[in-house]
Amino acid sequence: MGPFRLVRLFVRIGALNELQYRANFWLQLLESGIALGTGIAVLTLVFSQTPALNGWSQPELLAVMGVHTLMGGLIGAVIQPNMERLRTDIREGTFDFVLTKPEDVQVLSSVREIRIWRLVDVLVGAVVLGVAISLLETSVGPLEAVAFAVALVLGGLMIYCFWLILTTVAFWIVRIDEIHELFEGVYQSGRWPVTLYPEWLRVSLTFLVPIAFAVTVPAQALTSRLTPETLALAAVFATALMLGTRWFWRIGTRHYSGASA
Amino acid sequence: MSAETSIAGPRPTPSPAPPRLVHPIRGLFDVYVVEARIAIAQQIQYRAANYLYMLGMVAEPVIYLVVWSTVAQQQGGSVGGYTVGQLAAYYIVWTLVRNINIVFTPYGWEWRIRQGQLSAQLLRPLFPIVEDLGFFLGWKPVVILLWLPIAAFLALVFQPVLSPTPAAIGVFFLSLLGAYLIRSLNQTSVGLITFWTTRVGPVFELYIAAELLLSGRLVPLSLMPDWVQRLADVLPFRWTFGFPIEALVGNLSNEQLLRGLGMQLFWIVVGAIVVRVVWRFAIRRYSAVSG
Repeated sequence: MGPFRLVRLFVRIGALNELQYRANFWLQLLESGIALGTGIAVLTLVFSQTPALNGWSQPELLAVMGVHTLMGGLIGAVIQPNMERLRTDIREGTFDFVLTKPEDVQVLSSVREIRIWRLVDVLVGAVVLGVAISLLETSVGPLEAVAFAVALVLGGLMIYCFWLILTTVAFWIVRIDEIHELFEGVYQSGRWPVTLYPEWLRVSLTFLVPIAFAVTVPAQALTSRLTPETLALAAVFATALMLGTRWFWRIGTRHYSGASA
Repeated sequence: MSAETSIAGPRPTPSPAPPRLVHPIRGLFDVYVVEARIAIAQQIQYRAANYLYMLGMVAEPVIYLVVWSTVAQQQGGSVGGYTVGQLAAYYIVWTLVRNINIVFTPYGWEWRIRQGQLSAQLLRPLFPIVEDLGFFLGWKPVVILLWLPIAAFLALVFQPVLSPTPAAIGVFFLSLLGAYLIRSLNQTSVGLITFWTTRVGPVFELYIAAELLLSGRLVPLSLMPDWVQRLADVLPFRWTFGFPIEALVGNLSNEQLLRGLGMQLFWIVVGAIVVRVVWRFAIRRYSAVSG
């Protein structure tokens, strides 16, 4: 079975499973609304003190927030649930069942879970982004739109690689539950363009935890700040990271010893 | 005749008073000590996990600090009465206050109630909240130990400026305990809502959003519009974040320091009453499926 058919199948199962619990949609909408309200309050507060933050105007920062919310929704719906399941499987030994299936183990481990209600954040992020774009002084042409889409996909892939590398560590160190908290905390830094942060932090947020590529770079594409060099660097780094992750994952699975499932 | 007596059973003899093993107050104190020791032992075992958790948490104030330092620099060196160095001091002290403020979350209550874990706790002759208070209090020495290197690193990078008086330092440490108790009681109250709703997520998110904006967690309250500051004055949130931090870095007068402690005491009493009253109604609604 090709990987794409596999993905389609699991998305369908996940969707059917979660559609049983419709009230969760409203709860998620409420939570997303609260997060959005807080975010806007903070932006208003900052811009009540200053006309621009490090050269970024209020609509531009709203665009950053939109991308941040959208990407956060994707991570919460697709990446994080799979990694959590993988972590549990490794710890409890049920990873055996994944290994014995006649499919690519990495693909299978990455597509088994989907939390569709978290996609509400993707929707909210898109709306915020739309509003921000309409408030921008510069217009967004088709070239910018394509660059944005490419940057967004590359960024998403990098975040996926980052999560998978960390989860692979579970083959050696079994208890890594707190990585989730660590990521949640660090991901909040993406609400602001990483150019705001001091050098050491900016570099870490670019190459150690690729939040710069996932949020700031797509936002740069929309606010005519993105240079072709940056986008090329994103593509190169994403490719290298994918290959590196694949390699590390192989070593990790070879280390798996099972624990009687 | 004999059959009749056997049906009626033997006459109830006055049961002897249950043997009292420990003094009630002394016993409660022992419970706290034991819970604290369990917490210390457990958390030292998972120090790597603790560190990851803490590093994730430190991201939050560093973000705020960078944003507001940038604003202060653009405004000619200060914002809302805070210079860049004072902002650094504010957010570094913030990290300690936040660590002290980690308490049993409402999500924990949700888990206890949904999974029926509470049943076992109810069997013990002990108010469940006592266990939480003791456990999280015992965690604190470990947390502070792990926090010290992080604080040193942050101080090195961000160059904080603060000059507290001895009185301010004393009040600061006392206010940490107050903040811990207020936040514990508040979050327990929010957690008890789960008895009615089974899910606490949205309510808790709302609580956190209010706390962010009204406590000085997001930003020193002096940067907030006037009406927000007035609102914050009559709510419990600021006494868990803003007050302890300002006690150390805000150059408060002795009168302000005392008033702050008084307000903390007030909210502790209110919180304790709310928890007790809500508990009485909540526990009647509890029904477990195994546990």
